[in-house]
Amino acid sequence: MGNEFFSLLYSFHFYLFGLIAVAAAIAFVTRKSPVAAAMWLVVTMFCLAALYVMMDAQFIGVMQVLVYAGAIMVVFVFVVMLLNLGHPSELSDISGKWGRLFAGFLGLALVAEILTLTRSPMDLRLVVPTIPVTVTSTGGIIGGVSGPLFREYLLAFELTSVLLLIAIVGAVVLGRKRSAS
Amino acid sequence: MTHLPLFALFQVADPQLPPTEGIFLIGTVVKMFIVFSVYMVGVAMLTLAERKISAWIQDRHGPNRVGYGWLQPAADGLKNIMKEETYPDSANLPLFILAPAISFIPAMITWAVIPFASPLPTPWGRIDMVVADLPVGFLFCLAISSLGVYGIVLAGWSSNNKYALLGGLRSSAQMISYEIAMGMSTVCVLLLSGNVSLSTIIQQQATMGWNVLLLSIAFFIFLVSSFAETNRLPFDLPEAESELVAGYHTEYSAMKFSFFFIAEYANMVTASALITSLFFGGWDIPFTQWDNLPPFTVLKTVLTLGVFLTKVLFFLFFFMWIRWTVPRFRYDQLMSLGWKVMLPLALAYITIIATVVLVLDRAGVARGPVYGAILFGMNVVLAVLLFVVLDRGRIVSPAYSRLDREEVARLRDMSVRNPALTEKKA
Repeated sequence: MGNEFFSLLYSFHFYLFGLIAVAAAIAFVTRKSPVAAAMWLVVTMFCLAALYVMMDAQFIGVMQVLVYAGAIMVVFVFVVMLLNLGHPSELSDISGKWGRLFAGFLGLALVAEILTLTRSPMDLRLVVPTIPVTVTSTGGIIGGVSGPLFREYLLAFELTSVLLLIAIVGAVVLGRKRSAS
Repeated sequence: MTHLPLFALFQVADPQLPPTEGIFLIGTVVKMFIVFSVYMVGVAMLTLAERKISAWIQDRHGPNRVGYGWLQPAADGLKNIMKEETYPDSANLPLFILAPAISFIPAMITWAVIPFASPLPTPWGRIDMVVADLPVGFLFCLAISSLGVYGIVLAGWSSNNKYALLGGLRSSAQMISYEIAMGMSTVCVLLLSGNVSLSTIIQQQATMGWNVLLLSIAFFIFLVSSFAETNRLPFDLPEAESELVAGYHTEYSAMKFSFFFIAEYANMVTASALITSLFFGGWDIPFTQWDNLPPFTVLKTVLTLGVFLTKVLFFLFFFMWIRWTVPRFRYDQLMSLGWKVMLPLALAYITIIATVVLVLDRAGVARGPVYGAILFGMNVVLAVLLFVVLDRGRIVSPAYSRLDREEVARLRDMSVRNPALTEKKA
C-alpha cells in the first residue's frame, strides 16, 4: 500500500501541525493585544483539528473547527472588540515581583508534572467502557459516534445538556441588573 | 498507466507505491487546478454578471465599453492591481493585510468537498468528480464557512475606524445568529440521508426526490440564512453604505478591497453550490435514473456537469435578482428575524420531520418515491400554513394590505404619544 511513502507524509504533517500549534500557543500567551491573542488561539485550535483528522477522528476534527474556532472564538473576539479593553500594556493578570515569581514557579511545576507523567509506566489509555457499545456500520463516519451517544449513553448525554441549560440560565440570572427585579 | 511521466516520479519516490495511489494523487492535483481556475474565472465573470443584471433590472445598459463589456472584469482587475494602496496610520498592519485573505480562502476551500458531476471513467479507473470526497463532507462545509467571518471582523477591527468596527461587529453578530438557523435547517437533510457525506446526500435525493420538495421549509430557512451568511442584500448590514460609509472595508483600497469583493462572490458561488447539493439533487438530472446508475460514461459526466452548473448559475442569478429587488433590513429586524422566527421555525420543523420519518419507518414504507411523495404532501400543507402565518393576512405585499383595527389603533397611539414626548423635553 505504499506504506513508507504515506508514513513519511504522515510524520511530516504531524510535526508540521504540532510545531505550529505549539508556536501559536506560545504566541497566544505572550501577546498583549487581546485580539491578536485570540487569533493565535484560533490557529492553535485549527492545528489541533488537523492532528485529530490525521488520527482518523475526522468528526472530532471538524467539530473542533466548527465549535471552537467558528463559534466560541468568534463570540470571544466579538466581546473583546465590544469592550475595547483600553491600552494593552496596562492589562496584565500577573503583576509585581512576587506575582511573577509565583507564576514562574507554577509553570515549572506544571512542566515537571507533565514530564513525570510521560515517563511513568502507568497505563494512560482511556478506560474501556463497561457497557457493551454497539458501533453501527451505517451512518458513515458519524455512526461510530452517534450510535453509542444516543443509545448506551443517552441519559448521560441528556443530563449534560440539562446541565448546560442550567449554566445558561444561571449566567442570565447573575448578569441581570438588580434593579430590574 | 505507467507511461504517465508524473507517475514515474512517484515510483522513484517509493517503488512500492501501487498504481492506484499515484492516479489518485495526480487526479486530485489535476482536479484542483481545473476547479480553481474555473472558479476564479467564474467569480470574475460574476462581477460582470452582477452589473449586467442590475442594469437589466433597472433598465440601463450596464458596462458596454471595454470589449463590448465582456472585458470589464479584466479591466477592473488591472486597475485594482495598478492602484496605490493606502494604509491607515493607526491600523494594526499584520491583521489589516491578513484580513482580505482570511475572508477569501474559506469560501474557496469549501469547494473541495462539493461533488460536481457523476464519476468519470478513464483508462486508469473511475475518477470521482469531487476534489476530496471527505466522509464528513457537509460538516466540513459548515466548519470552514464559519471561519469566513474572521476576515470581516478582523478587517473591521484592524482598520481602527469606527465605521469599519461597527461593520465588523454587525457581521459577527449576524453570522453567528444565522449560522445557528442554517445548521438547524440542515439537520432535516441529515435525518433523511442518514449520513453527512455529500455524495450520500445526493444519492438519497436521486432515489427519493429532491429535498426542496421533501423539506421545503428547511430549504426556505437555509436560503434566507445563506443570504445573511454571504452578507448580501437584504442582509448586507456589515457594509450598509447609507449608514457605515462602506462598513468593514472602508479603509481598504486597490487589490485588498478587490479581495473582499471577490470573497463576496466566492461565498455566493459556494452558497449556491451548497443549496444545489443539499436541496436540488446536486448533479442529479431530474425525472430519470439514467444518470445515477453505472456504467458511467463521459457523456453522463458532461451532462451531469452541465446540469449542476445550470442549477448553480440559477441560484447565482437568484442572489442578484434579490439584491436588486428587496430593500435592506433594519438591524433589529434582522436580529429578531434570525432569533425569533428562523430558529424556532427550524426547531419545530426538525421535530415534525423526525416524527414523520419515525412513523414512516415504523409503518414499513421503503425509502423511495412513495416515501418522498408522502413527505411532499405534508410539506405542501406546512408551506401553506407557514405562508399564512408569515403573511399575516396581507397577501404578500404590505402596500395592498388591509390594516386591522388593532394596528391602526397602535399607529394612532404612537402618533399621539410622540408629541407628548417632545413637549416634555421642551
